[in-house]
Amino acid sequence: MVSVLGILTVLWYALAIPLNAPRLDLDETAGLSTLASAAWSMDRPVLPAPHQVVAELWTSVLFHPLTSPRNLLYHAWVTLSAALAGLGIALVLGIALAVGIVYVRTLDRSLMPWVIASQTVPVLAIAPMVVVVLGTLGITGLLPKAAIAGYLAFFPITVGMVTGLRAPDPLQLDLMRTYSAAPSAVFTKLRWPMSLAFLFPGLRVAVALSLVGAIVAELPTGAQAGLGARLLTGSYYGQTIQLWAALVMAALLSIVALLGVAMAERAVLHARGGRL
Amino acid sequence: MRQIRGSAVFAAVLALASAGIARASLPGAPAFALLASLVALPLLVLALARFARRDTLAARLASPALFGALLLWLWEMLVLGLHIPFVLLPPPSAIAAAFVTHLGTLATDFRQTYLHAVIAGYALGCGAGFAVALAVDRSPFLRRGLLPLGNLASVMPIVGVAPIMVMWFGFDWPSKAAVVVVMTFFPMLVNTTAGLAATGAMERDLMHCYAAGYWPTLLKLRLPASMPFVFTALKLNSTLALIGAVVAEFFGTPILGMGFRISTEAARMNMDIVWATITVAALAGSLSFGAIALIERAATFWHPAFRR
Amino acid sequence: MGESALLASETVPAPNAPVVVEARGLGVAFETDGQRVNALTSVDLTIRRGDFVSLIGPSGCGKTTLLRAIADLQAPSGGTLTVNGMSAAEARRARAYGYVFQAPALYPWRSVARNVMLPLEIMGMARGERTERAERYLRLVGLGDFARKFPWQLSGGMQQRVSIARALCFEPTLLLMDEPFGALDEITRDGLNLHLHELWRRTGMSVVFVTHSIPEAVFLSTRIVVMSARPGRIIDVIDSPLGAARALGIRESAEFLAVAHRVREGLRAGHSYD
Repeated sequence: MVSVLGILTVLWYALAIPLNAPRLDLDETAGLSTLASAAWSMDRPVLPAPHQVVAELWTSVLFHPLTSPRNLLYHAWVTLSAALAGLGIALVLGIALAVGIVYVRTLDRSLMPWVIASQTVPVLAIAPMVVVVLGTLGITGLLPKAAIAGYLAFFPITVGMVTGLRAPDPLQLDLMRTYSAAPSAVFTKLRWPMSLAFLFPGLRVAVALSLVGAIVAELPTGAQAGLGARLLTGSYYGQTIQLWAALVMAALLSIVALLGVAMAERAVLHARGGRL
Repeated sequence: MRQIRGSAVFAAVLALASAGIARASLPGAPAFALLASLVALPLLVLALARFARRDTLAARLASPALFGALLLWLWEMLVLGLHIPFVLLPPPSAIAAAFVTHLGTLATDFRQTYLHAVIAGYALGCGAGFAVALAVDRSPFLRRGLLPLGNLASVMPIVGVAPIMVMWFGFDWPSKAAVVVVMTFFPMLVNTTAGLAATGAMERDLMHCYAAGYWPTLLKLRLPASMPFVFTALKLNSTLALIGAVVAEFFGTPILGMGFRISTEAARMNMDIVWATITVAALAGSLSFGAIALIERAATFWHPAFRR
Repeated sequence: MGESALLASETVPAPNAPVVVEARGLGVAFETDGQRVNALTSVDLTIRRGDFVSLIGPSGCGKTTLLRAIADLQAPSGGTLTVNGMSAAEARRARAYGYVFQAPALYPWRSVARNVMLPLEIMGMARGERTERAERYLRLVGLGDFARKFPWQLSGGMQQRVSIARALCFEPTLLLMDEPFGALDEITRDGLNLHLHELWRRTGMSVVFVTHSIPEAVFLSTRIVVMSARPGRIIDVIDSPLGAARALGIRESAEFLAVAHRVREGLRAGHSYD
C-alpha cells in the first residue's frame, strides 16, 4: 500500500510537468530541472503538485480561525453537518420502509419496485433544483441539503435491512413459534438483532452517498459555504489548488465518516463477542 | 369469481380516479374531487392488496403499476387541491404537456448527455475496471497496494473530480465521459476482484486436481463465478454514470445537455421543463438498469437468486 | 415445577399415568402443485406422563411431521390430537413443551447463557430468576463453565446441549426432540444419549424423540414407534422390556438385541422397494 502510494505520488509529479508545461513562459532551451521546478510551483496549474495541495490544506486549516470562510475545516463542517443530518433521515426512513416492506405484503409488492426505481433516477441531477426551489420558499441552510443526502442514502439502508429482517431461517422462526412468541418479540429478539449484520455494509455505502449528496447540493445554488461551494468557486476562477484541496478534504471527510461507522460496528461486535 | 370481482374493483377505481382528476383539473368542482378521492383511495388500496396476494406475472406487474398510478394521482390531487405553487411542484399533467411540447430539445439533450457521454464513459470505465481487476488478481503486489485504494475510492465522493475533468477535457461531452470513467472504474474494480476471489476451496481444488493452469482456471471457473459480482457493478454503474454526466454539466457545458437544461431552466423557474428532463433521465436510468438486469438473468441463471 | 419435581420418579411410568399426548386417526396432508400428498395417515398414539417415546422410520415416513403436528408447527388435515388435554395450538400457547431441533438453532449474537434465557425473556420472567435458571440448566447439561462463551466457540455436541438446556429451562412437562443428535459423531452421540437418559430419569418428564438410529431408539425409549413411508403410518409399537436405569453397556445385552431385532424387522417389513 505504501509503495503503491509512493509510485502514485511520483507519477503525479511526473504528470504535472507535461500538463503544466504549455502554460509556462519558458524558452525551448530550458532544462528539465528548471521546467520541473516551474511546473511544480505555478499559481494556477492544470495539475497542482502534491506539495502545493498539502501546503494549501496546511495554511487553510492552521492559519485561519475555525469560523472563518478561509478555513477549509469550516467548509468541511458545513458539509459534514448536512451529510450527518441526511444520514439520520436516511436511517429513520430506510429502516421504516424496510420494516413496512417485510411485514406488509402489499407494500413488498407495490413499494419495493419503486424503491429500486427511485435509485435509477439520477437524484443528484435534481439536487440543485430542490435547493433552489426550497430556497424560494424561504427554506434554506441545512434542511434542503440534508433532504437530498437522505434521499440518496436511504436506499442501501433499506435494501440491507430488508435482507437482514428476512435473514432468519425457518428453524429460528419455528423456535419462536414453539414459545408462542408475540410478533413484537420475534422482531426484537430475532429479526432486529439478525439484521444488524446487514445494516453495517449498507451504512458504509450510505455514509459515502450522504456526503456526495451534501456536496452536490451545494453546487450551482450560490451556496457560500461547504466543500461543494469551494469546488465550484475554485472551478469558476481557475483556482486549481483550492479545488484540489477541497477535493482532498472531501476524501478525508469520507474517511472520518467511515471510521465512525467502523467504530459503531466494533462496539456492536464487542457486545456480541466478536461476531455479527 | 374472485378474479371477476378483482377486475371489477380495479375498473371502478380507474374510472373514479380519472373522473376525479378530470373534475379536479376543472375549476369549481372541489367537492366532487374530494368525494372521488375519498371513495377511490380505499378502493385502490384494496385492489393493491388483492393483487399482492396473487403470484401471476400480471399481478406482479400490476401492483407496482397501480401503486405508481396512485402516487401520480395523489401528486396531481395534492398539488391542485392544496394550491402548491407551480415552481415548487408542477402537477404531472403539466409535466406531461411540457414533455410533448419540448420533445425536440429533450431529444438533443438526451443525445448529448446519454448517447455520447454516458455510453462512452460507461464502456471505458467498466472495461478498464475489469481489466485492472484481472491484473490486480494476477499480481499480489498490485493487490496489496491498489485494492485498499480501490476500496477507499469506491466509497469516496468521486463526483467531486467533475470540475477538474471539465478543466482538462473542455466543455464538450468528452469531459463528462471522463467523469463517468472515473466514477464507474472503482466499483467495477472492487466487485470484479471480489468476484474472482469468490470461488470455493473445493471448486479450486478440483481444478488443481486436473492440473489446470491459470488460464483454464480463470476461464472455466473463476470468471463464470465472478459474473454475479460483475453484474452488481454493472447495475450500480448504470446509475452512477448518469449521475456523473449530469453533475459534470453543472461545471460548464455547451448550451445543451440534460444537466445544463436542469440547471438553466431551474434558474428561470421553468419547472415543467426541468421535470420533463428529469422524467427523461429517470426513464433512461430505469430502462438501462432493467436491460442490464435482464442480461444478468440470462447470464447468471444458475445463481441461487434466480433459481426457481 | 420446582427442584423436588425435577428429581422425582426413578421408574418407568405406570400404565395409569396421566395422558400427555393423544392422537386418534391423525392425518397430515401437503398440497404441492395442486397435488395432495399424504405425509401421515390414521395415526393412533397415546403418550403418558414419564414416557420416553421414540419415533423411528425411513426418510419420508412422517416422523418429523408427527412431531411438528404435536408442536402445532404443522396443522393436521384429519383426526384428533390433544396435548395435555388441550388442542395442540392451545398447548403451544400455554407453552406446554420444549422443542429441540435437528440443528442447535442458537442465536450467534447471544452468549450461551443469554441463548438459554431467550424463552424466559419472551415469557416475561424476572431478570434475577432468568439468570438463576440459565445457570442451573447449563450446569444440568454440564456446561456451567461456558455461560459467557458464544455459540460458535463451542463444539457441535456442546451447542446441541445448550439447545437442550434452552428447551428445559422453562420446565415444560413435555420435551419434543427432532433428531437432535443426527449431525453428531458416534462418540459424542453416545455421551449425549447417556446424558439425556439421566436427565429424563431425574426430571420425570415425557419425551418424544425422532431418530434414524435403532440403537439410539432402543437405548433411550420406554416405547418405540416404528413408522413406514408412502403413506406415512405407524406399523409397530414396541414396549421396551429394559429397566429404567440404563448404562451404555446394556447395548450388548440379549434383551437389548432382541428389541433392536424386532425394530429392524418392523422397518424391513414396512419398507417397499417399488
